[in-house]
Amino acid sequence: MNQQLLFYTLQLADNALINGHRLSEWCGHGPVLEQDIAISNIALDHLGRARSLYQYAAELFNALPPEERSTVFNSPALQEKVQMGALLDEDDLAYLRDGWDFRNVLLVEQPNEDWAFTIARSFYFDVHNFYFFEALKSSTDKMLASIAEKSLKEIAYHLRWSSEWVIRLGDGTDESHQRMQNALNERWMFTGELNTPATFELNLQETGAPVDLGIVAPRWMQKVTEVITEATLKLPASTWMQQGGKNGVHSEHLGYVLAELQFMQRAYPDMEW
Amino acid sequence: MNLFRVFRYGDYGDREAAAAGETKYDTRAEWPLWEVFIRSKAGLDHKHAGSLHAADAAMAVENARDVYTRRMEGVSIWVVESKYIHASDPADAEMLYDPAHDKIYRHPTFYNLPDELKHM
Repeated sequence: MNQQLLFYTLQLADNALINGHRLSEWCGHGPVLEQDIAISNIALDHLGRARSLYQYAAELFNALPPEERSTVFNSPALQEKVQMGALLDEDDLAYLRDGWDFRNVLLVEQPNEDWAFTIARSFYFDVHNFYFFEALKSSTDKMLASIAEKSLKEIAYHLRWSSEWVIRLGDGTDESHQRMQNALNERWMFTGELNTPATFELNLQETGAPVDLGIVAPRWMQKVTEVITEATLKLPASTWMQQGGKNGVHSEHLGYVLAELQFMQRAYPDMEW
Repeated sequence: MNLFRVFRYGDYGDREAAAAGETKYDTRAEWPLWEVFIRSKAGLDHKHAGSLHAADAAMAVENARDVYTRRMEGVSIWVVESKYIHASDPADAEMLYDPAHDKIYRHPTFYNLPDELKHM
């Protein structure tokens, strides 16, 4: 059961890390100085949440019986440490796992493209995050509940920021309207996974630790519809929903993200500065 | 109307180089300038913190939050579009400010203030 909780915590941590990394790619490249700072601030919020969650995940991992620990991950660099009997920390989990051991949803690893695509991805994810972490506050797992409590204020701001941009672009010029609509349509296929529970989530359900996604889904849909309508945009037509991220099956984009994110630690193991 | 431009890895500077000699940027398309005033804690005045660009007042407040309060500088923000600030003319400085120089009696420095009184 603890292994299921580890996967659950990792899934939340990976969402935060990968989303934060994608947003951080805008640092120094933002459309205007003020938004460059805003998006970098938000990236750091996600990174901060990722740290809390990875620390907890490492704790859960280290508490597993040794024979179980050796079968949790399949990444060679991480396995090498585990086989030596070493305990893991947050950095090991972030830097030494390969793509198939990452459990983030496909949405957050999608490339930034332009500002509209970045906003569309953030908007879908922020709406989910808001209702998800609101519900996670009442988790029976005390650690997850307190991380949720702490994160919710930041997430409320992220949601306000990305919603405002959807409205601003949708209700702006012909071109910004068209680009925003196109981005929302293109990213729609990755939204189904947000509210589809993975096996480890279902296995945990009776412990009361995970969030009931059945409660989050209608709230997500209502808020998304509300904002898109206010932005004079159209809700994208229903389509085939991609999934697999929660189980380690990713799009090709994650590999490139990790190559950049993990390069230093892989090239110079345990380097500090 | 081009509200903002996107730069990604590798393309910074290319556009400038290609456009050398041409009019580089239409400043009329830029967002207006706003002055930002921050109250650092309850009970104190809002102080001028700096300026920034934003499309409207709502965005100006949000941008100010991100640009000027990320290190716990404030608990309240005012913004005003810079064009609504009216300033005195530097050329009039002599006439306006010099006469106060020799009027020391206008300072309330001859009173003893109780220690409990802060921020005077």
